[in-house]
Amino acid sequence: MSGREAILNTIKANKPVATALPFIDITAAITYDDVLQQYKTVLQNIGGSCQELNNEAELQEALQSITASATKVVNVLSATPETIATADAVALEATDIAIMRGVVAVAENAAIWVPEEQMLNRLLPFICQQLVLVINENDIVPTMHHAYEKIDVMGTGFGAFIAGPSKTADIEQSLVIGAHGPVGLQVLIVKK
Amino acid sequence: MKDHASLAKQFIKNEARTDWHDETLWFVRQKRDKAAHGLPEWEQLRTWASEIKDHTLSHLDDYLLEFEKNATANGIVVHWASDAAAHNKIIHDIIKQEGITRLVKSKSMLTEECHLNEYLQQQGIEVVDTDLGERIVQFRKEPPSHIVLPAIHLKKQDVSDTFHEHLQTEKGNNDPQYLTHAARLHLREKFIESSVAITGVNFAVAETGGFVVCTNEGNADMGAHAARVHIACMGFEKIIPKAKHLGVFLRLLARSATGQPVTTYSSHFNKPRAGQALHVVIVDNGRSRQLGREDFRNSLKCIRCAACFNTCPVYRRSGGYSYHTAVAGPIGSILNPNLDIKAYSDLPFASTLCGSCSNVCPVKIDIHQQLWKWRQVVTEEANVPVSKKIGMRLMAWVLDCNVNYKVAGKVGRWMMRNLPFLVKNKLNPWYHQREMPEAPKQSFKEWYIKNKKA
Repeated sequence: MSGREAILNTIKANKPVATALPFIDITAAITYDDVLQQYKTVLQNIGGSCQELNNEAELQEALQSITASATKVVNVLSATPETIATADAVALEATDIAIMRGVVAVAENAAIWVPEEQMLNRLLPFICQQLVLVINENDIVPTMHHAYEKIDVMGTGFGAFIAGPSKTADIEQSLVIGAHGPVGLQVLIVKK
Repeated sequence: MKDHASLAKQFIKNEARTDWHDETLWFVRQKRDKAAHGLPEWEQLRTWASEIKDHTLSHLDDYLLEFEKNATANGIVVHWASDAAAHNKIIHDIIKQEGITRLVKSKSMLTEECHLNEYLQQQGIEVVDTDLGERIVQFRKEPPSHIVLPAIHLKKQDVSDTFHEHLQTEKGNNDPQYLTHAARLHLREKFIESSVAITGVNFAVAETGGFVVCTNEGNADMGAHAARVHIACMGFEKIIPKAKHLGVFLRLLARSATGQPVTTYSSHFNKPRAGQALHVVIVDNGRSRQLGREDFRNSLKCIRCAACFNTCPVYRRSGGYSYHTAVAGPIGSILNPNLDIKAYSDLPFASTLCGSCSNVCPVKIDIHQQLWKWRQVVTEEANVPVSKKIGMRLMAWVLDCNVNYKVAGKVGRWMMRNLPFLVKNKLNPWYHQREMPEAPKQSFKEWYIKNKKA
């Protein structure tokens, strides 16, 4: 532990005079007249797509049509085999479509907060070919400041803001959708 | 020894490629502007981010201890490394227990700074870089040339040739979609078979004892969640006090880096998953020394967005390799002299001091001021070329005295008019890449005196 002590002692000796934390006044942040519209616009810009659904029945219908031609679907919303929670990468790699619930959606950047409890398996939303996230329209907030007020970061072992499908522009700045994670993201927005 | 000027000279030999590099990075800078201007509170965000970082640096030991306490309670094993060698050894020791010979690593500039890949290779362990850009340069046995866009110096033909050689892709197929897909298939295999994953850390939160990793590709998550052991490496300045502060930094990071509203994945790791081991290595490697340098300490506020790279007229036209270091660009030029003042004495001079870097910096680091201050330190302490020293003294002598200045101006103008070959020749380094100006007949002062009377 000598490294630890040495580092902490040098920091203590060298750190600057104490300054105060700023007050983060989130009323200074941008507001949108229509957070749903803003959310949809940004989502489209970053390569995702969405459907608005009026009720639970429409949701089930939409899920049925999305999954109709898929071979392997993992739907965390419905009764899912317990084995998914402990499945390894080899087993999960065959997943065509994964469906799970998002807790909070952010209008400014189309990110959706998905805590581990909704994923069932941490690897699932990343390793599947297509990801479907279901959110309630009521859970769309304007900015990340609002999102952090609503979510419980400490209440989960792992959680991620997911904004669109995986992507890269590492080859000559050409945008390619589908890097290592899903090649597609569909957001199903259930109305109030 | 290669310095920035001589390496840049190599880079600009290919004029078309230099122009392309310049324009490509300027395009990224413009995307950043568009994203920044989309938020009326942008300057407020920068101020908050800067103040949060200032506050954190002034309470750094307390926050690191708070982080350690909470992370340990979360089941994370926390390690401390004084320098690069200690960092590499800690990681090797963890890997040894696993008895493996290959692992996956997502982007971490800290591990580049510590030369972890080379070290592990010497121990018989292969590191597979999983960020697409990093994988490309790794195949080519090159280091990253940019901290966010590691393969920005390459054209798609180069990538196609590299993938043809290493991944057996079709020769001459330069389609980025096709090439990316080939890398996806290749790397998915690596993710699945790898039991150890190394990632970087974008933000570590004292309050939660967790950390956040941001990627667009999903490679950090693929590696970390598939592996039995996850090792996350962080410079100690990555710490922030509270989870709500992530709201400020995540709004700034991707907008400043690539102009995206946020990265695709902002992954919050708090606890290891069941059956997994999660390690965090907290690294000093000269940072505590930099903390003690009043003029340079706020370089530790950097969140590695690379906005200063993309805007810098010198970086854009000289490329990442001319900085001969893991972190290039303006921020690299103020961080590296702290690590080795002799080896990096050239970097503070690789700037026009135009100040654009400071203007785009999301945490308001006074980069150009620090470049100027480092020049003074370097001139005092390190081996600045004799020609530069003599030149500066001569300049000081001219500018210091009214008579000298007047005479030098007169002589200079007369020479340029009557003996132009004295300045327009190969011995004058200023003339190498520049046209000499037309010499005016009189100085401004002479013109002013004449015209004031009239």
